[in-house]
Amino acid sequence: MPIIEIKNLTKKYRDITAVDQLNLQIEEGEIFGLLGPNGAGKTTTLMMLTTLIKPSSGTAKVNGFDIVKNPDKVRSSIGMVFQDPSSDDTLTGYENLKLHGMLYNIPPVEREKRIKEVLELVELTGRKNELVKNYSGGMRRRLELGRGLMHYPKVLFLDEPTLGLDPQTRDHLWRYIEDLARRMHISVIITTHYMEEADMLCDRVAIIDSGKIVALDAPSKLKEIIGGDVVTIKIKEPKIDLIKQLPYISKVDVKDGIVSLTVANASEHLAEILQTIGQVDSVEVRQPTLSDVFLHYTGREIREDSAEGGWADRVINFRSKH
Amino acid sequence: MNSEIRGILAIWYRELKVFQREKSRLVGAIVTPVLWLLIFGGGLGSAISITGLNYQAFIFPGILAQSVLFSSIFFGIYIVWDKKIDFLKEVLVSPVSRTSIFLGKVIGGATDSMIQCAILLVIGWIFGAFNIIPGLHLTIFSFIFSLVAIAFMTTSLVSIGLIIGSQMESFEGFQLVSSFLLFPLFFLSGALFPINRLPAWIAPFTFINPITYGVDALRHIILGVSQYGLLADFSVIIGLAVATIIAGTFAFEKMKL
Ligand SMILES: Nc1ncnc2c1ncn2[C@@H]1O[C@H](COP(=O)(O)OP(=O)(O)OP(=O)(O)O)[C@@H](O)[C@H]1O
Ligand SMILES: [Mg+2]
Repeated sequence: MPIIEIKNLTKKYRDITAVDQLNLQIEEGEIFGLLGPNGAGKTTTLMMLTTLIKPSSGTAKVNGFDIVKNPDKVRSSIGMVFQDPSSDDTLTGYENLKLHGMLYNIPPVEREKRIKEVLELVELTGRKNELVKNYSGGMRRRLELGRGLMHYPKVLFLDEPTLGLDPQTRDHLWRYIEDLARRMHISVIITTHYMEEADMLCDRVAIIDSGKIVALDAPSKLKEIIGGDVVTIKIKEPKIDLIKQLPYISKVDVKDGIVSLTVANASEHLAEILQTIGQVDSVEVRQPTLSDVFLHYTGREIREDSAEGGWADRVINFRSKH
Repeated sequence: MNSEIRGILAIWYRELKVFQREKSRLVGAIVTPVLWLLIFGGGLGSAISITGLNYQAFIFPGILAQSVLFSSIFFGIYIVWDKKIDFLKEVLVSPVSRTSIFLGKVIGGATDSMIQCAILLVIGWIFGAFNIIPGLHLTIFSFIFSLVAIAFMTTSLVSIGLIIGSQMESFEGFQLVSSFLLFPLFFLSGALFPINRLPAWIAPFTFINPITYGVDALRHIILGVSQYGLLADFSVIIGLAVATIIAGTFAFEKMKL
């Protein structure tokens, strides 16, 4: 039985449809990625699945419970890490975790044990008695991640969990999330802008654009769709017409003096390509990435940073506003 | 332990921590009423007289009620704050029901008010004992009984504040709505003047103002003078507490993020 079953889930705000007739099944123990540009409807989808907002139509089952008819049961089964800071900065890190433990009815002895465990995981043990006000954006992010894991949910929702973290912490968390999903059989639904993250972490990825799923598969399968390697050539006067006649080239893109080719088995054909195209400045051959897939389906580049800036920036912006 | 009870305790725990951190809130909540009592009460007291009572002693219960009224309703603004910092999402996504979240908040706000009033009562006792305010004689009995009355009052008023806050998205909106409510409630409560010889057009407003009965109850407990009697007073303040709690759970159920 799938742990999440989404049926025709829709959310309309006055004139925009943030989530449009979404259908999706997520299996138990799976790490599932929602990949999409700003405003694609990722957060809105998670908010509906976690019962914080009501769908305009359609519904979903989480851990067997209907999000509309049985929201209380759904909330007992899930953990959520929000995109924006949601800890109380007048409390210390420890107090935020204790509060969370109380909200999730973890008995006091067990609660202390888990707080300790979680603090070690996110490497905040030494700073636990400091007010969250005095944390950096990344530290606060780590605290909230640890908090989301603390009650061992059946399903864990992570809304851009690693935005604003340094690469080291990011790696660390990826490994932890993976371990958690495998060892404890927790299902993880993660939204992200980071292609690398989706690629490394997720069993399956849904590319979502304007509230609709445009592609859904394992990252490796999605990349196969590109149908070959990506060859990028820097060149002033490319002979595009000649290149287009080569049978093993499936796609040609020219932009700002850079030619991108999709080539079946590039290593074999590279020499011929370079001879045909003209006076080359530089060349790069690589395997397709999810970015290429994303471009393929949406016609747009995904931006690695969200438009409003990173998570940490938002914390800072928020603070200076008050 | 029952998960809802632990949920209520969780919210309470958080409100207490915040209260404990924000000392300036407490200082303001003590200093303002004392200034009212000394300056307003002292100034006006030299000009008017109330049969058998020093004016400052007369308004002491009114000032207590004022402090409960303003700090309790104002507590509702913290729910707007919780929305702004997204902390409310963390609470709402937990298994705890919205009713328990509301109750935890009410107990939290009520605790703040009760602590402030306990301090004000001690200050009142000092003022009486050292004859700074002649005729104000607080006893251990009136201290405890006052706090009981205040508990019901603050429960209703915190609920009202939270109801307003739950429907508001901005601090300005909250302030606008709450001041529309606060000032009539305060000035038409008899906190600052006796209500037995009011002009005919004001009398009905004080009569329908529930704060009037809170002030009357406190005046009865502290000074032994009363207009309506304790039974009527307590019926009103308990009734209001029950009604506002019911309305509040409803408002939280309907609250949008
Ligand atoms: N409360 C709201 N009222 C009106 N429109 C909304 C509301 N919340 C979201 N939207 C709109 O719904 C669309 C989807 O937003 P959503 O936050 O789900 O996107 P997202 O994929 O999470 O984007 P990001 O990567 O920037 O976080 C956007 O066009 C957004 O403006
Ligand atoms: Mg989002």
